[in-house]
Amino acid sequence: MTTIVTDNCKGCRFTDCVTVCPVSCFHYDDEMLYIDPDVCIDCSACIPECPVQAIYEGDDIPEDKEHWIAINAERAPNLPVCEDKMDPLPGAEERKAELGF
Amino acid sequence: MSNVGTPDNPLRVAIVGSGPSGFYATEALLKSDASVRIDMLERLPCPFGLVRSGVAPDHQKLKQAIQLYDKIAQSDGFSFLGNVTVGHDLSVDELKQSHHAIIFACGAESDRKLNIPGEDLKGSHTATEFVGWYNGHPDYRDREFDLSHPNAVIIGQGNVAADVSRILSKTTDELKHTDIAEHALAVLSESKIRDIYVIGRRGPAQAKFTPKELREFGELDDCDPVVNAEDLALNSESQIELEDKSNAGNAKVYKLFNEFSQRTPSGKNKRCHFMFLLSPLELIGKNRLEKVRLEKNQLTGEPFNQSAIGTGEITEIDTGILFRSIGYRGIAITGVPFDERRGIFPNNDGRIIDDGNIVPQLYTAGWIKRGPTGIIGTNRADSVATVESLLNDLHNSTFDNAKNGADFLIPLLETRNVRYVTYPEWMKIDTVEIKQGQEKGKPREKFTRIEEMLNILD
Repeated sequence: MTTIVTDNCKGCRFTDCVTVCPVSCFHYDDEMLYIDPDVCIDCSACIPECPVQAIYEGDDIPEDKEHWIAINAERAPNLPVCEDKMDPLPGAEERKAELGF
Repeated sequence: MSNVGTPDNPLRVAIVGSGPSGFYATEALLKSDASVRIDMLERLPCPFGLVRSGVAPDHQKLKQAIQLYDKIAQSDGFSFLGNVTVGHDLSVDELKQSHHAIIFACGAESDRKLNIPGEDLKGSHTATEFVGWYNGHPDYRDREFDLSHPNAVIIGQGNVAADVSRILSKTTDELKHTDIAEHALAVLSESKIRDIYVIGRRGPAQAKFTPKELREFGELDDCDPVVNAEDLALNSESQIELEDKSNAGNAKVYKLFNEFSQRTPSGKNKRCHFMFLLSPLELIGKNRLEKVRLEKNQLTGEPFNQSAIGTGEITEIDTGILFRSIGYRGIAITGVPFDERRGIFPNNDGRIIDDGNIVPQLYTAGWIKRGPTGIIGTNRADSVATVESLLNDLHNSTFDNAKNGADFLIPLLETRNVRYVTYPEWMKIDTVEIKQGQEKGKPREKFTRIEEMLNILD
């Protein structure tokens, strides 16, 4: 079971996670990051890095977020790889506060 | 103005150690705008450090990080010199002559001691020895572990402690299709261990396991996880810790302990007991370890800064074997400043310092830089930071002379009769290991002696 980025990333895209990814399996679009399950080695290093706790282990994902497993798998391979930290999206700090972090 | 880092005078970097931090430093250097040549020096003939010989054999997916390292190793401008020990076969002074900069990424190869009476009794081991042994590391090939007593004790509650406990908890069937070393599987298959006690100095809210590692104990073929519900009582400071949103990992770990405590044991043959707030006081035995005496602790201090102090209440566990897994230390290398207390190379953002002064040319990354914390990926950010310091120094013209890199070192190795191993030669060893494994339904069967690796090359 892989590791999954979920909706808390949407509108934040802090990218702290990518700096500790040992295999560069994060991809990005204008809204958020996605993990390529074929590349991810399930090390979980990224999970504690996320300031809005958007990342879950597959074995631990809440039921209402399970659809993100398929979304990550579909979108990631067709998007550019995010290897290095990028600036968060405009409004990321506000969204973080909104999410209660 | 120095022209180091241009195609006419490429920046030559020696990297000492071939584990994750060494490869992430290589990756960062190769990605930079500078023209770079890298020579990686490794004391074993085989690369990849703890991904090969630390990551547990039943965690094959984590070992896939090697695929990336292999890709990096095949880049232009990279060369590998295995079976070369810096400080023995080559001196640090020689590396300073051959390269503009040296990055020490040689990890933390020694263990912290408990410093209690009886620690050196037969049957008392470091986790490092056991991990190296079951992973086929040549240094530990001939270690002996007596698994004939029904009880085993592990001191420490981090992921290495989890690996050791899990390997002891698993059946031969659960291990035989991994790349566990053959000699280790043979000994483990005769194990008489039934109860494994995993001892933490602090409480269940402070255990260092990742949720993922702990969860595996609930899914073993023939071992039940055991947690005493009474041991999960929390002081108010620990409750504050677990309620803090930034501490989600520990909250998950605590929740798993809670789940384990509510299980009815399913009658499996082995049990893995997680115990908290206990510190070993003494290892007792006549000729070999017979029991461990522990003192009950209580926590004191502010949330997130609680330490364990003894209460005077004593308990004992009979055991024939004990593994300590309470942290690691680096080993000093002649010619490099060393912080004895922390067991690291003292540094400022990766630049090695001596009495606060930067030592030109010397850099460090990984566990030997920051101490033994974090997992494989943590080293990527860490190595990137070191390389940033190094490249800044390049822009500040710290380096001037043209250097000859490996061309300077190889004649020295040849004069000294050191049989260095190149990357294409390692790939030959790799191919044979994989083939040996396939014959047994394993991903690989490692060579566990240096001579065996060298023999297939000559």
